[in-house]
Amino acid sequence: MDRIPILRMGEFLLVTIQVDMHDQLALTLQDDLTAQITRTGARGVLIDISSLDVVDSFIGRMLGSIASMARLMNAETVVVGMQPSVAITLVELGLTLHGIRTALNVEKGMALLRAGAARRSRA
Amino acid sequence: MPVVKEETVAIGSDADVVLVRQRVRRRAQELRFSLVDQTKLVTAASELARNALEHGRGGEMLLQVLEEPPRSGLRLVFVDRGPGISNVELAMKDGYTTGGGLGLGLGGAKRLVNEFAVESAPGAGTRVTVTKWH
Ligand SMILES: Nc1ncnc2c1ncn2[C@@H]1O[C@H](COP(=O)(O)OP(=O)(O)OP(=O)(O)O)[C@@H](O)[C@H]1O
Ligand SMILES: [Mg+2]
Repeated sequence: MDRIPILRMGEFLLVTIQVDMHDQLALTLQDDLTAQITRTGARGVLIDISSLDVVDSFIGRMLGSIASMARLMNAETVVVGMQPSVAITLVELGLTLHGIRTALNVEKGMALLRAGAARRSRA
Repeated sequence: MPVVKEETVAIGSDADVVLVRQRVRRRAQELRFSLVDQTKLVTAASELARNALEHGRGGEMLLQVLEEPPRSGLRLVFVDRGPGISNVELAMKDGYTTGGGLGLGLGGAKRLVNEFAVESAPGAGTRVTVTKWH
């Protein structure tokens, strides 16, 4: 597979990462997401990493840059489903995913995105 | 210290970094490492394999299964023939990078394993050896 599919759900984009990504695949995802946010005017991006059994500094950095780019385009990013062993390892690695919102699962992540979008439309 | 199994994985592309992760995961599972220890070792391996690829122009990983009753362990040796590291102490510092990275790979990998050693000299390549015991 040379692309990770991006699903559109209303005003949000949903990405489920199901493979152990090589670096180029991660970079392609980053580009594809940026293009999709621009094209669809999406208000939020939800990235499900529950199938990932490792997140190293490269993937961590990619999640961070997706979140910053999305923010510049007025979209929020929520990463959901991080396995506990991955979370523990990230802390020891020294990678703080600051600026990235996280939630336990897709449902809770969606709720966060909806609340954020509602808050921003009121503002 | 008896090495009971050995294998080598070449590191020449992105796909090989994925292969390194898979091989290390499989061995760590065979040795019944806890899930957290598996994840730590695989993450360290991913960092070091990528360093060998990006900074060392590619190389290889030697994987050794160690039996030293009552404990067993996995030793990973990452070798490249790249430019080497002129100041290892500096390179180990979190946040130090000569590329566009976060500078977390070396320091982070050290925290994720039980034993860690870097041998390098300018022009002579780099060898990083890590061991995790179970
Ligand atoms: N195998 C190697 N050969 C030559 N130089 C290396 C090697 N490994 C690391 N280095 C040097 O040490 C520095 C720090 O490495 P480290 O892995 O900590 O960070 P990084 O690779 O720059 O970024 P990150 O790993 O966070 O993406 C590198 O920028 C590079 O200059
Ligand atoms: Mg590195």
